[in-house]
Amino acid sequence: MKKFLAASALASLALVSAIPAALAGKADDTLNIVWERELENVDSYFNTAREGIIVTRLTWDGLLYRDPKTMDYVPLIAKSFKWVDDTTLEFELREGLTFHNGEELDADDVVFTYNWVANPDSGVKTQRNVNWIKEAKKLDKYKVQVMLKEPFPAALEFVSGSVPIYPQDYYSKVGPDGMGQKPVGSGPYKITEVEPGKKIVWEKFDGYMKDGPKGTPTIGKIVQRTIPERNTQIAELLSGRADWMWRVPADQADRLKSSGKVQIINEETFRIGYITMDAAGITGDTPLKNPLVRKAISYAIDRNAIVQALVRGKSQVVNSACFPSQFGCESDVTKYPYDPAKAKALLAEAGYPDGFAIDFYAYRNRDYAEAMLNFLSEVGIKANFSYLKYAALRDKIRSKEVPMAFMTWGSYSINDVSAITSHFFTHGKDDLALDPKVKELLQKGDTTVDSAVRKQAYSEALKLIAEQAYWLPLWSYNTNYAFSNDVDFTPTSDEIPRFFTASWK
Amino acid sequence: MLVYTLKRLFLALLVAMTVSAITFSLTYLAGDPAISMAGETASDADIEYIEKLYGFDRPIVVQYFEWALNAFRGDFGESYYFRIPVADLLLERLPVSMTLGVSAISFAILLSIPLGVLAAMRPNSLLDRLALGISVVGQAMPSFWFALVLIVMFAVWYPIFPTTGSETWVHFVLPTIVLGYYATPAIMRLTRTGMLEVLGSDYIRTARAKGLPQHVILFKHALRNAVIPVVSLAAVQFGFMLGGSIVIESIFALHGAGYLAWESIGRNDLPVVQAVVLVFSLFYIVLTFLSDLLNAWLDPRIRVG
Repeated sequence: MKKFLAASALASLALVSAIPAALAGKADDTLNIVWERELENVDSYFNTAREGIIVTRLTWDGLLYRDPKTMDYVPLIAKSFKWVDDTTLEFELREGLTFHNGEELDADDVVFTYNWVANPDSGVKTQRNVNWIKEAKKLDKYKVQVMLKEPFPAALEFVSGSVPIYPQDYYSKVGPDGMGQKPVGSGPYKITEVEPGKKIVWEKFDGYMKDGPKGTPTIGKIVQRTIPERNTQIAELLSGRADWMWRVPADQADRLKSSGKVQIINEETFRIGYITMDAAGITGDTPLKNPLVRKAISYAIDRNAIVQALVRGKSQVVNSACFPSQFGCESDVTKYPYDPAKAKALLAEAGYPDGFAIDFYAYRNRDYAEAMLNFLSEVGIKANFSYLKYAALRDKIRSKEVPMAFMTWGSYSINDVSAITSHFFTHGKDDLALDPKVKELLQKGDTTVDSAVRKQAYSEALKLIAEQAYWLPLWSYNTNYAFSNDVDFTPTSDEIPRFFTASWK
Repeated sequence: MLVYTLKRLFLALLVAMTVSAITFSLTYLAGDPAISMAGETASDADIEYIEKLYGFDRPIVVQYFEWALNAFRGDFGESYYFRIPVADLLLERLPVSMTLGVSAISFAILLSIPLGVLAAMRPNSLLDRLALGISVVGQAMPSFWFALVLIVMFAVWYPIFPTTGSETWVHFVLPTIVLGYYATPAIMRLTRTGMLEVLGSDYIRTARAKGLPQHVILFKHALRNAVIPVVSLAAVQFGFMLGGSIVIESIFALHGAGYLAWESIGRNDLPVVQAVVLVFSLFYIVLTFLSDLLNAWLDPRIRVG
């Protein structure tokens, strides 16, 4: 017995001494952030997740930067920029910039990066980000021209977000694998440690530009850990082992807020929900081919009630097939307020006085989808509901098996309707409307540089989409950010947390 | 015995091959890997580009045999998602699952066998009821809930144990308790039934009549016989602890192989799913193979029949 006591005393002593000290936040100038997703690669050209965009913004700079408040494009690595003609952009670069490894940043690096990503053999995962680039040319040490394949006014958006500049010497030496393991950028924070999918550590880059639009970083160190379970994240936040998390569900946000231990801020995001309907009849002869039926469905669903009860936060009902802040997003379109009587009348007029049955699919927010099912059944539409994984559903849509689905789209945070409306209504595989007039208008908007002409074309297209009820736009999404009382953090509607502007209180 | 061993070995190999073929086709049914890889915001062009890049446009049978042939040579290919060799990923993540599995099954055995023996010694006593209570609670309580309760108690209220990570053995304390407790009821009840049966048999009565001390009867004569079915059960449970720890691994952010498999299914990262399933099914097969052999060695009737 004595032996046993001694052994257990020893064991408990070992236990206590082996416990790592709780990771303090403000005290050791380390911001501990947690998120759910395992990031496949820190190299932004080889990941597709939103977390990847966060990492990119922290670690790398592009030629331009989009101010998250004014949504204007301002020079970042560039000192100034101009359109030479419809397909040529010219940039003058800041002098004296360096990468984290000390390598000087000049025209060679810019030209190298643009030409490398423009080549499909590079394997850049999101080709859309780069496939508008024809080539880049060096004019002198601090001046470059980027040539476009065709007029593409949204190019500035991509220049400012999706094409971070890589160090030529280092990248030619280590390649994508080396960059994934030991990344080198020129952004406000430098990466000092990477455990693939598990952990990333940054330190403030002391050599960062002083008067740039991204500001000067103040927090010394940032440590990201992947914690798949949200409740565990909350436990970490409450016990002070984590300082920041996002995507807290509304009910848990309420409870966290009332605990007083953390701050909660809700912010709207670019993501919108919508119901897509097979107006073109590509899945067969469904009632949805009749515009009266599509309008009836639009009147039948009380979007306001779903936003109030389920989506909550800063979310709002949207009426046009785009996010309101996006360039060209016309909000003066045909609206379909909740009106079940009108929906029934329209159905009767269309020849379906007793309603009909239709297959209806969704891949996220099952609760929202079920609320919609209820509203539909109230006007006599019986929806056979299937809930699938995203890849499976998108596969099904593309193989023409889905007449009606509740989908969402985040526009990859691009503030231009070409990232959403043009994506879905220019007769691609996700287009269930196949309206030639809409396609023509959108393509005009996509390839004209004159912004007044673009706006006009997009406005006409969006009015047509709403008038024909090809989509029922639903609502914008929102995110709850929860963080320690010591942290000063401001979220933005593009859903890209910018930790370089965060500070300690 | 040799013929029997060879027969079992052949069967085990067949099982491994069947499992891998089924997983391969099932993961394909779950959706086009190119769509998952391209991400939620991909355009048509992005998806087609990836299909070509990875050769998803070829027939599935061709893709399967190519994979199987390479796997046979020990080359599991590269993860579509992480772009690093699957073997490296497994080497990094398997030890976490193994540590958790071994510690959980040890915890379960150390808790359930003594409890089972105690319960069998005094059937229907308070002690028996208590043991039964522990096992019923263990069976009824969902492990994710138990895990969260432990986290709230030992990480938020009384910050004694870390909640996430796998750096030191302390990180494994809470996950071990949760996962091990899950395996406890079955082992405990099998031990108890086995012991009750054995304790009522003639040779134990003889042993008692000989005046042998209680602990010799219990542990030398009774438990040895009662524990035979428990060994096979524990082997199966151990396989379960290795593969079935997905929930626990994700709650405690352990980043083990079970969680890797789960996430890879969602990402349609076929090479990883294939390799993890193959490795786990091999574990299972080896464990059942060993317990088959053990049983055959213990009981000659099995080999003959």
